[in-house]
This record gives sequence, structure tokens and C-alpha cells, in this order.
Amino acid sequence: MEQYSSKVMEHFAQPHNVGEIENADGVGTVGNPVCGDVMRLYIKVENNVIVDAKFKTFGCGAAIATSSMVTDLVKGKTIDEAIKISNAAVAEALGGLPKVKMHCSVLAEEALKSALDDYYKKKGLASPVTMPAETGHENEME
Amino acid sequence: MIVRKVYLDHAATTPVHPKVVEAMLPYFTAKFGNPSNLHDMGREAKNAVEDARVKTAALIGAKPEEIFFTSSGTESNNFAVKGLAQANIKKGDHIIVSQVEHFSVLHPVKSLEKAGFKVTAIAPDKQGIIDPEDVAKAITKETVLVSIMHSNNEIGTLQPIEEIGAITRAKGALFHTDAVASVGWVPVDVQALGVDALSLSGHQFYGPKGTAALFVRKGVRIKPQIEGGVQEDGRRGGTEDVPGIVGLGKAAEIAAAELPNRSGYLLPLRDKLLKGLQDRISDLILNGHPTRRLPHNVNVSFLFVEGESMLLFLNMAGIYVSSGSACTSRSLKSSHVLSCIGTDAAAANGTLLMTLGMGTSAEDVDYVIEKLPPIVQRLREMSPLYEDMLKNRKTT
Repeated sequence: MEQYSSKVMEHFAQPHNVGEIENADGVGTVGNPVCGDVMRLYIKVENNVIVDAKFKTFGCGAAIATSSMVTDLVKGKTIDEAIKISNAAVAEALGGLPKVKMHCSVLAEEALKSALDDYYKKKGLASPVTMPAETGHENEME
Repeated sequence: MIVRKVYLDHAATTPVHPKVVEAMLPYFTAKFGNPSNLHDMGREAKNAVEDARVKTAALIGAKPEEIFFTSSGTESNNFAVKGLAQANIKKGDHIIVSQVEHFSVLHPVKSLEKAGFKVTAIAPDKQGIIDPEDVAKAITKETVLVSIMHSNNEIGTLQPIEEIGAITRAKGALFHTDAVASVGWVPVDVQALGVDALSLSGHQFYGPKGTAALFVRKGVRIKPQIEGGVQEDGRRGGTEDVPGIVGLGKAAEIAAAELPNRSGYLLPLRDKLLKGLQDRISDLILNGHPTRRLPHNVNVSFLFVEGESMLLFLNMAGIYVSSGSACTSRSLKSSHVLSCIGTDAAAANGTLLMTLGMGTSAEDVDYVIEKLPPIVQRLREMSPLYEDMLKNRKTT
């Protein structure tokens, strides 16, 4: 915990975009309470642009900070742009994460992709979303 | 603005008592001799070590010659487990431990298992207690060693050591207890307990870090694990940490004098903290036994929130605690103790361990009772697990 950047602590202490979106266009829930992180991400889409994003997260400081950052990053992006947001981009925007906490950024990417996937399904469209190959979680667990 | 600082992590370590520091200081500079030397400087240091041995022995009802100084609770536990099993293998090759032992017992036991010993690990009940009946069932004439902790370092549950001691004596098995979490906080008497070996650690009760001891009953054979010179009656090589040992002795002396009052001071504070939290926070679970527990231990799972995030917010408020959460451990594994007593894995991740000390005041406890509930509430409002629970409660 001592290795968190000031940006991470900022987003943890005062997270942006906490909450739910009623009648969201896409919702994704990923993670597992056993491992200590569950993220739920809501998106509102108008004309192919993400106009709002909110989250709820059960997890450590890094999990909350990455949730906050990923919702910041997607707002105002087109769907196509949002699909390209990687865990590395989330971690970088936070000024880096401790090595053992990198899986939290993977979880944030997964939560976003899961919400986008849900968006396509709700629209009745084929989803171009591919989930990250590895969640990071299993790798980090001993 | 004066920010209050409340240290509720005494199970991690305690501050060194000022009188302990004072007692230690001369042995760094003026009285720096090596106890192995026969000249006056050496004898002065030797006398200080022997004086500390008397004081440490007195705290646990032992004879001075039954006390062997080591560098840590971990070393004492390794010494006991490996040293007793290896020295007495003629008796048998079976070892009994509990599943909730500290890793400094479990890991050396694992090493012995790899070397051919047979191991039975006894499960605790839901409150962390080892049933002596289970020990009686597991013990055989091949059992060389039983190692059951005096109290658990995480959940604070006190074990029925006397009952287990009666069983091991009847079967002729050696009995070691890891009393690192207990000594200095509750009365520990090796005669009443009937143990053959007992570990204690200085920094757990206002002594310096790097100082500890193993009690080994007179006549019990133990194989040295640190070989070299003939220090510590040939049981543990290496030049003695004289200032540290003096500090441990002083801490033991202070603990022996204060012990009758420590529980009396801590119990009302512990119960005030728990009740204050129970009154203000829903969906929390006290881990361990409600009464058979250390007088300064509060271990609570707050459902639907995660431990590290609570810990970070508490840290910002100047409150220092530990967590049983997977996220706070380097291995990303939650506590094996909580898992053994059947705590749900998600709940285990929302666990805080708060341990009070003799410097904790009623105002400190009030401050925690004021600061923690809004932190839990804020994190719950952020938690998808809490959201799901509320929706489920509405529909059912």
C-alpha cells in the first residue's frame, strides 16, 4: 500500500463517477469477491459516443482508483475508441501501479469490455469485443 | 490542527517501554563486553544476560536454566518444532499441530514432513478452538511432538492448553506451545500449562524487536538449529545480543508486575470498541471466540467491503490497523486462519484486526468508533456486493 502513486491515492480518496446509471446501455460486472475485487461498470451511449460512465467496486485502493480512472477515460469516447482502451493505459494514467496490483487495471479493462459487450448484445448486434486473454488474477495468485 | 494518531496494531508490534530502552542503553556503549569473555567486561555482560534470564523465566514460571534466548518468535518456533522432533525421533515420527498455527510453526512442520515425518493438522471449530478430544484421537505412541498455540495471533482465541497438556503427558509426547501472542497480555505459567516448550517474543510486549526466547523443560532433549559456539548452554550458537536480551528481561519484569492490571485495563476498552462498532455498523461479524480471547484483540469482518480500502481510509484518519484481506498481503491470499474457521472468503477480505495496547485510551477508542462507521458506509455505497444485497433483501 505504501507504493501507491499520488494519482492513485487521489482517485481512491475522491473517486470520480461512483454510482449506477438507470437504464444503462451497457453494464458489465467482473471479478470475484474471493479474490477481493468485483467491478461493475455502467455506460450510457448516444450516437455511438459514451456520454456517461459510472462504477461500483468492491476492492482495494488500486481497484477503486482504476475504476475511477477507466470511467474518466471512456467518457466522450466513441465505442470504437473505448474498445481500444487497455489496462496499460489505465495504469499509466494513474502514474503506474505496484506490480502486485497490476491485475486491478486488467480488471478495469475487463469491466469496460464487458459493459461494451453488453451494449452490443442489447442492441442485437454482433459484439466485436474480445476479453483480455488473461485476467491477471490467476497469474498473481500463488 | 492536531491530528489524532491511534495505533491499534499491537499484535504486529509494540513500542519499546521507556524503562526498557533505559535498561538497554549502557550495554551498547559502556558495558559492551562479550559474555563469553572471562575478564571483567565479559563477566559484566554475562551477569546482565543471566539477570535477564531470571526475569524472563519468572514471567512464565520457569527456571532460568530452562530459558534459551533467540532472535525472534519465528526462530523460537523453528527451534522448538525442528529441534524437539529431530532430537527425539527415537520416540516416533508423528507430529500433531493445529491448522491455525503461525507459519513459523506450519512451515518447519512442512519441512519435517518432506523429510519423512508424518503430520496430523487438527482443524479448529468455528470460533478457532482446538478440541482436546481431537488431539486425544490423533495422538499415538508414535507421536513425538504436539504443537498447539496458546492463543491465535489473528483472531485471539485462547486454546485449552492445560487439557491438551494432560493428554500429551499421558501419551509421553512432547508438547510445545507458541505463546508469542499471549505472553505479556495474559498469565502464562509453564507449570500450570504442563508444556515442555514455549515460545515468546519481546517486541510483542514492549520489549525490543529481535529478542525472543524458547522455554525448554529441564531434561527435554532439543537439537540446536544454530550451530557454532557454546552460548546458551550449547543450544544456540552466536554471540548474545546483550542489549536486546537485557531489554527482553526488563520487558518481562514490567509485564510480570503489571500483568494483574493489564486485562483489567484492556477488557473494558476492547468491549467498548466492539460494542461501539456493532451499534453503528450493520452486517459485521466478530471472528474468534466472544470471551475466550486475548483482552486486546478485536477481529471483525465488515461484509460487502474490502479490507485494504478500509485500512487506507483509516490510515488517512491517523488510525493504524491490520487487515486479513488478500489484497494487503504480498501473496494476495487471505488469512489461512479465517479460512480454517469457516469465514466466507468475501467476508475474510473485509476483515480488520484491531489490537489495543496499554497506551490506548478511551478517547482513542471513541475516535475509532466515530471514524470507522462512515468509512464502511461510504465503501458500501460504492460496493456492487452491497447493491446486490439490498436488491435481494427488497425482493425477499
